[in-house]
Amino acid sequence: MLPELGTFLRFQTQRHLQAALRRPSDIVGPLIFFLMVITLFPIGLGPDPKILASLAPGILWVVALLSSLVVSGRLFQSDYEDGTLEQLALSPHPLAISAMVEVFCHWLLSGVLLALASPVFAALLNMPGQAIPVLMGSLVLGTLCLSLIGAVAASLTVALRRGGVLLSLLSIPLTVPVLIFGTAAVREAALGYDPYSWLALLGALAAAGCVLAPLAIAAGLRISLEA
Amino acid sequence: MLEDLLRLEAVDLDRGARRLLSGVSFAVRSGECWQMLGSNGSGKTSLMRAISGLTRLGLQGQRFCTESVLYQGHLPGLKPLLSCTENLRWHGSGRVTDNAEKIAAALKQVGLEGYENTLICQLSAGQQRRVGLARLWLSEAQLWLLDEPFTAIDVDGTAILEAQVQRHCADGGAVVFTSHQPTRMAELKVLDLDQYAA
Repeated sequence: MLPELGTFLRFQTQRHLQAALRRPSDIVGPLIFFLMVITLFPIGLGPDPKILASLAPGILWVVALLSSLVVSGRLFQSDYEDGTLEQLALSPHPLAISAMVEVFCHWLLSGVLLALASPVFAALLNMPGQAIPVLMGSLVLGTLCLSLIGAVAASLTVALRRGGVLLSLLSIPLTVPVLIFGTAAVREAALGYDPYSWLALLGALAAAGCVLAPLAIAAGLRISLEA
Repeated sequence: MLEDLLRLEAVDLDRGARRLLSGVSFAVRSGECWQMLGSNGSGKTSLMRAISGLTRLGLQGQRFCTESVLYQGHLPGLKPLLSCTENLRWHGSGRVTDNAEKIAAALKQVGLEGYENTLICQLSAGQQRRVGLARLWLSEAQLWLLDEPFTAIDVDGTAILEAQVQRHCADGGAVVFTSHQPTRMAELKVLDLDQYAA
C-alpha cells in the first residue's frame, strides 16, 4: 500500500483545503475574533501607548492561544459526524498520518494566516517595529505547537457532545511552555535583545510535537471511535 | 479451495457493562452473501463495527478478517461541501482514484448521471446515500460490510444495489449486510443475531 501513500496524502490535503475554502467564514472568523479581543485591551487597560507596547507581546500571545483553542475544538468534529473518521481508521494508511494531514491543513488556515495578519494587530498595540518579524516567526512555530496540542485534546473529546470545556482543561496546561517561549522571544526582540534562543526552543517544541503528537492523536481518535 | 474472508469463533460481544451477544460463530467465504438479521438493539451495528476492526473493546473470542474490507456504516463518509466526484476520489477505507471516468460511470450506475459536480449538501438524503453507495462500483475490496445499505433508497435503487452485491459475490468477493427488509436475492445466507442474544 505504501506506494499509494503519496497520492493519498495529496488527495487528503486537497480535500481538506478545498472543503475549508468553500466555507471562508470559518477561516476569517477566528481572525475577526482575534481583532475584537485585541481591541478590548486598550478599552480595559487605558489607551496609554507605552503601557500597551510593554504588554503587547503577552496580549498577542494569550489571544493567539485562546483563538487557537476556539478553532481546534472543531478539528475532527465534522469527520466524526459524517463518518469520514471511520473510513480513515479502516484505511490501510496509518491513522496518525491522515490525522496529521488534517492538523497541518488546519494550521495553514488558522495559525499561518494569523501569523501573516499579526503585524496589523501588533501595530494596534503600538508594538516596536523590530519585534514584528520575530512575532510572525514565533507565531508560525507556536501555532503549530498549539494546533498539535489542540488536536490531541480534540481527538479525545470529539465523541462528547459538549466537549468544549473539557478540551480547554486538557489543553491549556500543555500550552504553557509555548506561551512562555513565544512571549519571551517577542519581548526580547522588542527590547532589542537576541530572541533566537527562544525561537529555537519553540522550534524544538514544534519538531517534538510533529513526531509525538500524531501517535497520541491516532490513539485518541481510536478511543473516540469506540464510543 | 475457497478461502475464508471473515471468521468468528465463539465471539462474545459486550457494549459497556451489557452483554449483547454470546457464542457467535460463522465464517464468510468468497462468493457468499450474508444477511445479518436481528431486532433493534440486538447488536447488528456493534457486531459490524467489531468485525471491521473499528471497535476493539468488548469483543472476546477469535476474530479473523481480511485486510481488504469496504465498510459502509450508517454515516455516509461524505463531505457536504465537496462535489460528488471530489468525494468519490477517496472511495472509502483509504483507497483513492483519480479516474474521473470511473467515478462518472459509478455515479451513472446509481442513477446520478449529471450530478458529478454538484455539492453533496445540495442533494437529497436518498441521493446522498446513493453517492455513498457508488463506492461499491469503485471499490476493489474483497469483503463488503454494509450496515443498512437500503435505508432511504427507493425500489429501483434497491434493485440496482442487490444486483451489484450479487455481481460482487459472483466475482469472488463476499458481502455481509444488515437489513430489516426481505430481499429478493438468491443464495442468501442468514445470520440471525437473536439466537445469540445473551
